[in-house]
Amino acid sequence: MIEFDRVTVHYADSREPSLREVNLRVAEGELCLVAGRTGAGKSTLLRAINGLVPYFTGGTLHGTVTVHGRDTRTHPPRDLADVVGVVGQDPLAGFVTDTVEEELAYGMEQLALPAAVMRKRVEETLDLLGIAELRDRPLRTLSGGQQQRVAIGAVLTSHPQVLVLDEPTSALDPTAAEDVLAAVTRLVHDLGVTVVVAEHRLERVVQYADRLVYLAGDGTVVDGEPAAVLAGIDIAPPLVELGRVAGWTPLPLSVRDARRRAADLRRRLVDAVPPPAVSSPHGAAALTARRIVVRYPGTVAVAGVDVDLHPGRIVALMGRNGSGKSSLLWALQGSGPRQGGTVTVTGPDGGTDPKMLPAGRARRQVGLVPQSPGDLLYLETVDAECVQADRESEAPAGTCRALLDQLVPGLPADQHPRDLSEGQRLALALAVQLTAAPPVVLLDEPTRGLDYLAKRQFTAIVRRLAGEGRAVVVATHDVELVAGLAERVIVMAQGEIVADGTAAEVMLASPAFAPQVAKVLAPQPWLTVAQVTTALTSVGERA
Amino acid sequence: MTDRVATGQRVAESETQAWAAGRRASARYPRLPRGLHPVAWWLWALGLATAASHTTNPLALAMLIAGAALVVVRRRGDAPWALAFRMYLVLGAVIVAMRIVFRLVFGGGQGDHVLFQLPEIPLPAVAAGIRLFGPVAVEQLLGGFYDGLRLAAMLICLGAANALANPRRLLKAVPGALYAVSTAVVVALSVAPQLVESVLRVRRARRLRGATGRGLRALRGVALPVLADALDRSLALAAAMDSRGYGRTAAVPAGQRALTGGLVLAGLLGVCVGTYGLLDVSVPGYLGLPMLFIGLSTAVVGMLSGGRQVRRSRYRPDRWRVAELAVAGCGVATAAVTMLAGSVDPVLLYPPVSPLTWPELTPLMVLAVVVAVAPAWLAPPPNRGNIRPEAYR
Repeated sequence: MIEFDRVTVHYADSREPSLREVNLRVAEGELCLVAGRTGAGKSTLLRAINGLVPYFTGGTLHGTVTVHGRDTRTHPPRDLADVVGVVGQDPLAGFVTDTVEEELAYGMEQLALPAAVMRKRVEETLDLLGIAELRDRPLRTLSGGQQQRVAIGAVLTSHPQVLVLDEPTSALDPTAAEDVLAAVTRLVHDLGVTVVVAEHRLERVVQYADRLVYLAGDGTVVDGEPAAVLAGIDIAPPLVELGRVAGWTPLPLSVRDARRRAADLRRRLVDAVPPPAVSSPHGAAALTARRIVVRYPGTVAVAGVDVDLHPGRIVALMGRNGSGKSSLLWALQGSGPRQGGTVTVTGPDGGTDPKMLPAGRARRQVGLVPQSPGDLLYLETVDAECVQADRESEAPAGTCRALLDQLVPGLPADQHPRDLSEGQRLALALAVQLTAAPPVVLLDEPTRGLDYLAKRQFTAIVRRLAGEGRAVVVATHDVELVAGLAERVIVMAQGEIVADGTAAEVMLASPAFAPQVAKVLAPQPWLTVAQVTTALTSVGERA
Repeated sequence: MTDRVATGQRVAESETQAWAAGRRASARYPRLPRGLHPVAWWLWALGLATAASHTTNPLALAMLIAGAALVVVRRRGDAPWALAFRMYLVLGAVIVAMRIVFRLVFGGGQGDHVLFQLPEIPLPAVAAGIRLFGPVAVEQLLGGFYDGLRLAAMLICLGAANALANPRRLLKAVPGALYAVSTAVVVALSVAPQLVESVLRVRRARRLRGATGRGLRALRGVALPVLADALDRSLALAAAMDSRGYGRTAAVPAGQRALTGGLVLAGLLGVCVGTYGLLDVSVPGYLGLPMLFIGLSTAVVGMLSGGRQVRRSRYRPDRWRVAELAVAGCGVATAAVTMLAGSVDPVLLYPPVSPLTWPELTPLMVLAVVVAVAPAWLAPPPNRGNIRPEAYR
């Protein structure tokens, strides 16, 4: 169905080619997962399939890409529209019309399909993706998962043979991601659509994949059976790591596979000392919030929430999209609206409410890195941002740069912030906010678009912040990250706190928030591969 | 795969028949809820606005406004633009108030019934003929009120069209030749709220860095991320549109394409020359109107030929049926009847403020208003209830 024949892609402004001599054949009806580090060329590979590379992005493509017998050299993207459907990372950015039904019809209108066919296919697609009740809704009012399903539906109506999805679940909460992936697997199984999907969080997709294409980062590609490819590469979902620790071959790809083989491992772990329970925090809270209320016209975002944040503690804030996480963080920082309740930050000179302070002093009490960290940055170079941050915080010159070098060493001083990778940009925004030395740090969905290694770095950074005695809150959907990072988990729904406890308590109690390791080893209380490894060594030593 | 497509088309054919049957049924029962063709609503509203522009009689104007409001309340959907009608009413009230205030400030002071005296501010001789404040007469205020009410009524009529007809569906009704233009407008319409959103987001983020959000520095701090964001977004949108087949053209021979281009260019050139000829009296007469006309028609032919190259179909196009005809007809009739009333009885349509008289209605005016309100029953009820109201928070 898709054939890459010695494809090399070279962008004009980079020295190394993004793809080098890539040979790849994806057969009809396959679900092909594309993995690799940020910047390894995943998007380039995906966009080469329908000719967006190089027609749209510029650069040079050597070799041939053929889809369903059509050479992208002679067929620009619009002439492949009936064969390849592409869904981008941010579905909202790709919407052309304003309501669900019209969006579904848009592609077919361009292909000049007869009105009756269009009408029928729209109805079919609405049912296929389970979005029939949304048909008249304006696209902007949909939740992230719904938007993603509409975006998939909008390309499906043209009956493409190939569906290309670029990180379809990166912005979604676990349940919404499940919905989208369930829809995609249904397409593969029922309609025989060939799907190529790029995804950072392999644990979500790898179990459905027939083929794994791994981009090593130097432009070359490894492809084959997922289990075989995973055995040889350095990025791996927790299940695979667990499989490696337990010595299972072939490596398990789904929780079900692993669970069926885990009886023996569970037996070995019975005698192991469970991970130490997190001691309840003692001492004064760094931030105390009582009965926080945030309203927007027609809705209550946060409904009377109490929060205590203790120095040196990492708290994860979870909950589905729209449950009030961001509103709570902004209210705690003082820059967002807050209609009721009190926030007290206890500093050396008594308690203060950051909302009462001017913005420049509030950020010395509570630092917040917003969902899109790029919003904080507006100067031309990394260095200019650092100098500006020092000036804003009245910190000695070089403070911000020193912090940045601690977080990610060796960021070029003259690079434009927008040219940085997601992880680097996050680090820069974090360094800018830390320059003000706030005792409380709030991070809103920081790991969006970060790969496993960047996430590992991020975990280390957050641990260090906590080690310095700061109270840290991380709002995130990423259960695996939370399992390895947080001591306490707060789950929000409809503006209220529905669960608040230690990570183990909360995550083991609910299937939606349980990490893969916990699902495999339940009812034993293990959350991460690292915990299991430690436990196994201690058992081994005793034996 | 091919099998699937083939089955799809077979099913599509039978679906077409069923659909046609459905259409026949809905033609027999025109009262089924549906959206009216947007052009019909606009014609109706323009008719009402024309009627409003032909009278200053406050009774007639108030009845026209009330009629338009009644139609809106009975026949609007529950989409966001439908709820904007209230804004037009407020805007109308502001216009009336402004008119009255202007009359107060730049009095003029005509009229015998002086209500109260404001201290007059003497102006230098340069500004002779302008008076600030001074005596305030009933006639003067009433004149302002009549004038303002007429303007407000016209605005509210257009606001009613805006509330009743989805502006985007109006764009969908444009002919194929202007397809690219209408697409650009649609995209711009969806980009605007996104731009506002990203300005708000970035301004909030600016506060996180301790900026106050005022001054030139702050402007730069907001403008750069917002523009970069908008640029990224438009590139993403362009890529998405391209990969969904936007701009596929029918296989046109190169000769025809050149002909189309030539026609449009020559036509526009003709329009330019014609306009110049029309404005400049020293050039020979044939370069004026005739040239403008030839240029225009050449350009239109070129655009029509270009429109034929756009190969696309329309999903659920609005159709022009009896109800549309009735609604548009009501608008035209309202305008016509008011004009007739004006020629029969001009004094009652423009009631004098001096001497003060109580405005009166004529039967023709009442008839015009009755015709204007008729679409509240003639038009089919809108589709409601598909959209959950909380979707618009």
